Amino acid sequence: MSNREDVALLAHLMRRAGFGATRDELEAMADQGYEAAVEKLLDYESQPAVDEHLLYRYHPITEVPGGAAAPGQANWLYFMVNTERPLNEKMALFWHHVFATGNAKVDNCNHLLEQIQMFRDVGMTNYRDLLVRLASNPAMIYWLDNNENHKVAPNENWGRELLELFSLGVGNYTEQDVYECSRAFTGWTISAKMPRYPYGRHPWQFEYRAEDHDETDKSFLGYTGNFNGEDIIDIILKQPACPRFIARHLYNFFVEDEPQVPAWNIEEPRNPEAIRMLSETFVENDYDIKPVLRALFNSDFFKAAMYKKVKNPTEVVVGTLRLTGDLQGPDPRLEAVAREPGYMGQDILDPPSVEGWHTGHEWINSGSLVKRINFVADRISDTDLPGVKRIVERIASANGPTMTPEELVENCLDQMGPLPVSDSTRRELLTQAQSEGAVNWQSEYDDAARRTGEMLALIGATREYQFG
Amino acid sequence: MANSNKPPVLVVLQLTGGNDYFNSVIPYTDANYYDSRRSLQIPENRALKLDDEIGLHPAMAPMKDIYEQGDMAIIHGVGYENSPRSHFRSMDIWHTCEPDKVGTEGWLGRALSHLDPKSENPVTGVNVGQALPRALVAPGVSVASVADVSTYGLLTNIEQQEQRQQVLERFANMYAPAVGSGQVMDYLGQTGLDALKGADILKVAPQKYNSGVEYGASPIAQKLKDIAMIHTADVGTRVFYCDHGSFDTHAAQATTHAQLWTDVSEAIADFWDDLREHDADDNVVMFLFSEFGRRVRDNGSGTDHGAAGVAFAIGPSVDGGMYSEYPETRPEALQQGDLVPNQDFRGVYSTILEDWMNLEAPSIVNGHFEKPAFVRANGH
Repeated sequence: MSNREDVALLAHLMRRAGFGATRDELEAMADQGYEAAVEKLLDYESQPAVDEHLLYRYHPITEVPGGAAAPGQANWLYFMVNTERPLNEKMALFWHHVFATGNAKVDNCNHLLEQIQMFRDVGMTNYRDLLVRLASNPAMIYWLDNNENHKVAPNENWGRELLELFSLGVGNYTEQDVYECSRAFTGWTISAKMPRYPYGRHPWQFEYRAEDHDETDKSFLGYTGNFNGEDIIDIILKQPACPRFIARHLYNFFVEDEPQVPAWNIEEPRNPEAIRMLSETFVENDYDIKPVLRALFNSDFFKAAMYKKVKNPTEVVVGTLRLTGDLQGPDPRLEAVAREPGYMGQDILDPPSVEGWHTGHEWINSGSLVKRINFVADRISDTDLPGVKRIVERIASANGPTMTPEELVENCLDQMGPLPVSDSTRRELLTQAQSEGAVNWQSEYDDAARRTGEMLALIGATREYQFG
Repeated sequence: MANSNKPPVLVVLQLTGGNDYFNSVIPYTDANYYDSRRSLQIPENRALKLDDEIGLHPAMAPMKDIYEQGDMAIIHGVGYENSPRSHFRSMDIWHTCEPDKVGTEGWLGRALSHLDPKSENPVTGVNVGQALPRALVAPGVSVASVADVSTYGLLTNIEQQEQRQQVLERFANMYAPAVGSGQVMDYLGQTGLDALKGADILKVAPQKYNSGVEYGASPIAQKLKDIAMIHTADVGTRVFYCDHGSFDTHAAQATTHAQLWTDVSEAIADFWDDLREHDADDNVVMFLFSEFGRRVRDNGSGTDHGAAGVAFAIGPSVDGGMYSEYPETRPEALQQGDLVPNQDFRGVYSTILEDWMNLEAPSIVNGHFEKPAFVRANGH
C-alpha cells in the first residue's frame, strides 16, 4: 500500500512533467520512489515512441494537413494522449510556448508539425543545438520573415525575436545588436516558396544562400567579426541573461505562474534563488537540458508548488482524456476533440502571436471556464469510460459495502488528485453528497456509481481543480 | 426611424474562406467580367439587376428584395494594401486591425470594453459558434461563446433538470467570494459566477421565444435563429458574432457558391422577418464581410485567393445603396490578377463604431480612415 503523500507528490510530478497519470500508474511509481520516476521521465528514449503510422492509417489527413490547423492539432493531440514519453511531449509543448509559431501566418501545418517533431528530437538535448535547429527551421523562417532578410535589405523580425523572446529578454541588448544579429542571419532562407496553385504545396527546405549573406563585420554584444548565424548564437550563450531567461521560462511553465513575459525586465522572479540555481545548472552543463530538468523536478521549490499553476487548456484536455481512458488510439472523434483546447483559448499550432499565450489566470474567462468544466464533467461522469470505471471500482472497495456522504466526498477528492480544497468547497460537496444519503455499494451499485460520477464532475467544476 | 430608447446592436456575419466578390456583385455590363470568367460567368439575363451596371448572384434573390426596400448597403472594393492572400493572416488583420504586425486584441473586443466597461453584463457580447473569434478578444472582456443556445450552460452532463439546478446551486456557493483566498481564486470565483449568470440569462431566450418564422436547416439559419432568440429576449447583448463557410471555392465553384449564397441570403431574410415580427429590428445593423475577394480570372472550375472584396450592411437604419466604387477590372489595373481595394476595411468599421454604436473609432481600429456613410444620419 503506498503512502498517500508519496502518491500526491508523484501525481504532482506527472501533472507537470506529463499529462497526469492514473492511480494505478502512480502506485506502481511509488514503489520505485520519486527520484526513479524523475529518471524514467528524463530517460524517455527507453520508452517506445508513438506509433504514428497507426495514426496515419486511420487519419491520413493528419499526416499532411496542409493549410488547415485542425488536422495538425489532431496529429499532436494523438501524440500527447498516446505517448509513453510524457516529459518529451510536454517539453515539445514547452518549446512551442516559448518559440510560438502560428499557422495563422505560416499557413502550412505540415511544416509546423515538422517543427514540433524537431522539438521532440532535440528539445531535451542541448539548448545550443535547439537554437541552431530553430534558426534553420522552415516554419520559423517563414513565420519571422527570415526569407525576407537580405544582404541588401535586412529584415529584423527573426533577429529581434531571437533576442527578445527566444534567448535574452528585453533590456539585455541594444537596437544596434538587433540589426547586427539580423545581418548575421541574412541568407538563412527557405527554398521552394512557390505558388500553391495549381499544382499544390511544395515542401519547404532550409537553404543557405551564400550570395545573399552579408560577409562584412558585425558588432554584436561587444564582439566584432564577420559573424554568421551560429557565431551569434554562441555569443548569446555567453550572456548571463540567457540561462536566466530560459530558467525563468522553465519555472513559469513547470513550477509556478510568473507575470507575462513582457513584464520580465520590470518584475523580479517570484523565486530568484530558484532561477539562480537552474541558471547555474544550465551553464555548468554547457546548456544541456536534462540536468536542468533533473534539478528542477528534484528541487524543494518544485515539490512545494503543488496546485500553484492554472492548468493550460491542453493540460485540461489531455489530462482528462488520459485519466478517463477516453480517445485511446485512433478514434473517429479525434479531430473534433482536438479542437477543444482551442475552444478553451489554446489553439495549439496557432498561438495568437510570437509572444505565445498569456498563461496563468489569463487562461480563464467566462467562455473558456464553461468549456473547461463541461469537457471534464462530460467525461469524468461517464462511468462507462475505462478510466472512470476503474476509479469507481477503487472507491467502491475503499470503505466496505456502505459509505457515508463524507466518505464519498473524501474518496472522490482523493481520486481526483488527491485534491486539497477549501472548507467552503468541501462543505458544498458534502451538501451535495448528503442530498441522497448514504451510498450502498452492495445493493445499489449502479446508483452508487452514478452518484460517484456526479461527485467527480462537481469536483472537476471547482475552482481548485482549475489548478494543476 | 429607430426607437432611441433601445441601444444599438450589431450582428456580424463572417463569410469565412474568401467570398468571390466578382460573382456575388456582378458588373454585368463589363466585358472584362465575361473575358475573365470564362467558366464561371453568370449570364447577364440571370444576374439580379440592381441598376444599369450591377447585379447580384442569382442565389441572392432574398437580398435583392432587401436592397430594393432600401435597407441594404453594398460597400465596394473593401480591403487593405498588400493583401497577403492567406486566409488566416487576412482574417487576423480583419479581426485585429493590425496589417503590419500580429495583433492579439480584436476590434469588437475593444468595442465591448467601452460598451460594458465594468463587465456588468456577461452577455454584452455573444459569439454563436464554438471557438471565440479573435475579433471579440480583449483583456478583461468576457464574451459568451454559445454553440447552441438551447443546450448552453454549465454541467450539462446532468440530464435531470431538478438535479442539475441543485448542483448549480452548489456551484454558485463554491464560487462565492471568500475572504483571504487570494487574487487568482477571487478572479476565478468572479468568472465562475459570471459564467453561471450568463448561462442563466441566456437560458430564458429559448423559453421566451415564439416565432412564426420557419428557419431553414442550414447551419447559418440555425445560428441566426439563435441570435434572434437572444436578441428578442432583450438580455442586453450589443454585439453578436457568427460565421458561415467555407467560401474557399478553388474548385466546383458554380454549385458551391450558389449553395452558400442560397443558405446565407435565405437565413438573412428569415432573420429580419423574425425581428420585424417581434418589433425588434429597428435597433439592429447586420454586417457581412469576408477576409478577401478572389482572383479575377477563374481557374476553369473555381477561383484562387484575391484581394479586394465586398461588404454588406443591412437594417432599417442602413441607408441602402452602393458605397465606394467597383475597383477597375481592366487587366492592366489589376495587381497580381486581383481587384485592388479602394475602401479600407477600417473605414467601414469606423462607420459602424461611430455612426451606429456611438463609440470613438480611432483607438479601436488604430487610426483615422475614410468612412462610407451607409448608416442613416440620426438613424439611431
